Amino acid sequence: MDPSISIKNLKLSFGAVEVLHDLNLDIGKGEFLVLLGSSGCGKSTLLNCIAGLLDVTDGQIHIGGQNVTWEEPSKRGIGMVFQSYALYPQMTVEGNLAFGLKNAKIPKPEIKERIARAAKTLQMEPLLKRKPAALSGGQRQRVAIGRALVRDVDVFLFDEPLSNLDAKLRADLRVEIKQLHQTLGNTMIYVTHDQIEAMTLADRIAIMRGGSILQLDTPKEIYNRPATKYVAEFIGSPTMNFLDGRIEGGAAPRFTSDVASFDLAGYEFTPQGPQAGDAWFGIRPEHIIVGPEAAHSPFQLEGQVELVEPLGSDTLARVTSGGQRLWVRMDGQADITPGQTLPLGLTPALANIFDKTTEARL
Amino acid sequence: MSDPATMSAAVVGSDAASGALSGPRGPKPRRRFSRRNVFIYGTLIVVALYYLLPLYVMIVTSLKGMPEIRLGNIFAPPVEVTFQPWVKAWSEACTGLNCDGLSRGFWNSVRITVPSVLLSIAIASVNGYALANWRFKGADAFFTILIFGAFIPYQVMLYPIVILLREMGIYGTLGGLVMVHSIFGMPILTLLFRNYFTSLPEELFKAARVDGAGFWQIYLQIMLPMSLPIFVVAMILQVTGIWNDFLFGVVYTKPDLYPMTVQLNNIVNSVQGVKEYNVNMAATLLTGLVPLVIYFVSGKLFVRGIAAGAVKG
Ligand SMILES: Nc1ncnc2c1ncn2[C@@H]1O[C@H](COP(=O)(O)OP(=O)(O)OP(=O)(O)O)[C@@H](O)[C@H]1O
Ligand SMILES: [Mg+2]
Repeated sequence: MDPSISIKNLKLSFGAVEVLHDLNLDIGKGEFLVLLGSSGCGKSTLLNCIAGLLDVTDGQIHIGGQNVTWEEPSKRGIGMVFQSYALYPQMTVEGNLAFGLKNAKIPKPEIKERIARAAKTLQMEPLLKRKPAALSGGQRQRVAIGRALVRDVDVFLFDEPLSNLDAKLRADLRVEIKQLHQTLGNTMIYVTHDQIEAMTLADRIAIMRGGSILQLDTPKEIYNRPATKYVAEFIGSPTMNFLDGRIEGGAAPRFTSDVASFDLAGYEFTPQGPQAGDAWFGIRPEHIIVGPEAAHSPFQLEGQVELVEPLGSDTLARVTSGGQRLWVRMDGQADITPGQTLPLGLTPALANIFDKTTEARL
Repeated sequence: MSDPATMSAAVVGSDAASGALSGPRGPKPRRRFSRRNVFIYGTLIVVALYYLLPLYVMIVTSLKGMPEIRLGNIFAPPVEVTFQPWVKAWSEACTGLNCDGLSRGFWNSVRITVPSVLLSIAIASVNGYALANWRFKGADAFFTILIFGAFIPYQVMLYPIVILLREMGIYGTLGGLVMVHSIFGMPILTLLFRNYFTSLPEELFKAARVDGAGFWQIYLQIMLPMSLPIFVVAMILQVTGIWNDFLFGVVYTKPDLYPMTVQLNNIVNSVQGVKEYNVNMAATLLTGLVPLVIYFVSGKLFVRGIAAGAVKG
């Protein structure tokens, strides 16, 4: 499959500060790629480079098989949606949608038709004559999406489109965007620092840190096999638990900590295989088995409950075991109180082990 | 498990009861004559009087006849109101050369102010927009030099500009003066516009670029309609500044083309005959009328524009 967007050795500096370092990225046709990372890691910068709003320092950007590195934003075949909506305040919704089309000298009847189509898709026909000031946040963002939609382009760029909205509206629009992607089949690049948006929308997620991509993979793979400890901590809430200890290599690798020592049978090592040394044993809260069933796990611990957080659907609890703190996730109906002692079961096959010095997965 | 439920019900009950009880409730009453209020209002009134008293004296004097003025009580209201001094100031008062009053200076000032204001605002707003949004190569250096220009005293440049204008063949013409005013307004106006345009959301500019709008299109269709307040601020600054200018007017024009301020000076300082205080006062008020009207008409927008520009940049 030909990539729809391909970024080659991209570098970007603001003055002396290099913000993007030698970035390479191929995005397939019709793919939904999410750029995820903490604030200031360069997500917006990368998106602006793709859109042509920033001049790159080095490298190339190809969209739809063409080298567009020097091309104007409007000639790149992209539509963009911004966090602050960025609607032209003095124009009506219709005027906002038509602005780009008029600039492209598209004949009037076609402009009308495209606006009507976009308005129908996004269910905003009654809003067309209003000014942006007379719209709610959700409606404004819908108009902003419409503005990208009428351009009839193959690539959509979203820069945190939902982060100004309240939780409920966010969830609704998230579903709408996913629906839109399924209907249109466009390539979409979506910047967010909300991991739920990333997990639910993405075909693939690119986790960024400090101007580089740490891992690029499907949401499932990123969740289950994070490449580094940073990725493991970034995805999942509450974050993954880490037991501090060391690996003893050999034919039957073991993990030893001051709490316990156990056999790592069933754990999938990376091709390099186990290496002896200090390591973190990472396990997600929902992979720790609590209660009587823990007896069936390959390895058992005892933990004392410190804190309970009932969420309704689930209950989270923080337990301590031999000086190490762990979060566990239980059924929402679980009846536990602080101070209680719980049997815990760990399964090495569900865990991720990271080297302590390189922080890479073993 | 039923205990907490009853307890919370009891708490709610006692809350409702306390609502009916005495004690502080509603807005806190304020004392009208606290020491603080007396001090604040006292200061404000004194300052207001300080500024209003001269104005009062001027208005009163301009409405009196000369015999009444000779009585010497400058604070007394006019016994017999006369508009003769105003008429004289406008159309009959003598300057050194001619005796057609301030009207000639007024029209000269209009012909100087209107093009200077329009030209300087038009250029400075495009400058500010380019500096804020397009960040062209060398933009920072350009901006620094421009701002530096704002701090050079005018006096230093007076004579070099005379030579410059003479070489260009426009020394002593209205066009030359308009050019000088436009150039000297540039640093502060560019700063004003640049700061205003940087305070507008950057994403709006980016959206317009993705929509294929160019330099002028973004300026005219996106930025201009959002910038009315700052244009009003710039207009007030320029109208008052250029209208009140004396130095450039006297240096760069000829007597026939003197602006109103220069003519006012010539009337007030003319040495022939008796000093007509009432005519002088009327002439001064007439000269100040234009900036005054501008302030009153656009005062609200002025404050809003200043505040908008002050938020960022
Ligand atoms: N115009 C600029 N000049 C200098 N540095 C900049 C500029 N714009 C961004 N940066 C820097 O580049 C880095 C990346 O910024 P960017 O806006 O891409 O972050 P981001 O990942 O989008 O963050 P957020 O999630 O907060 O939006 C930041 O460290 C920022 O300080
Ligand atoms: Mg950003």
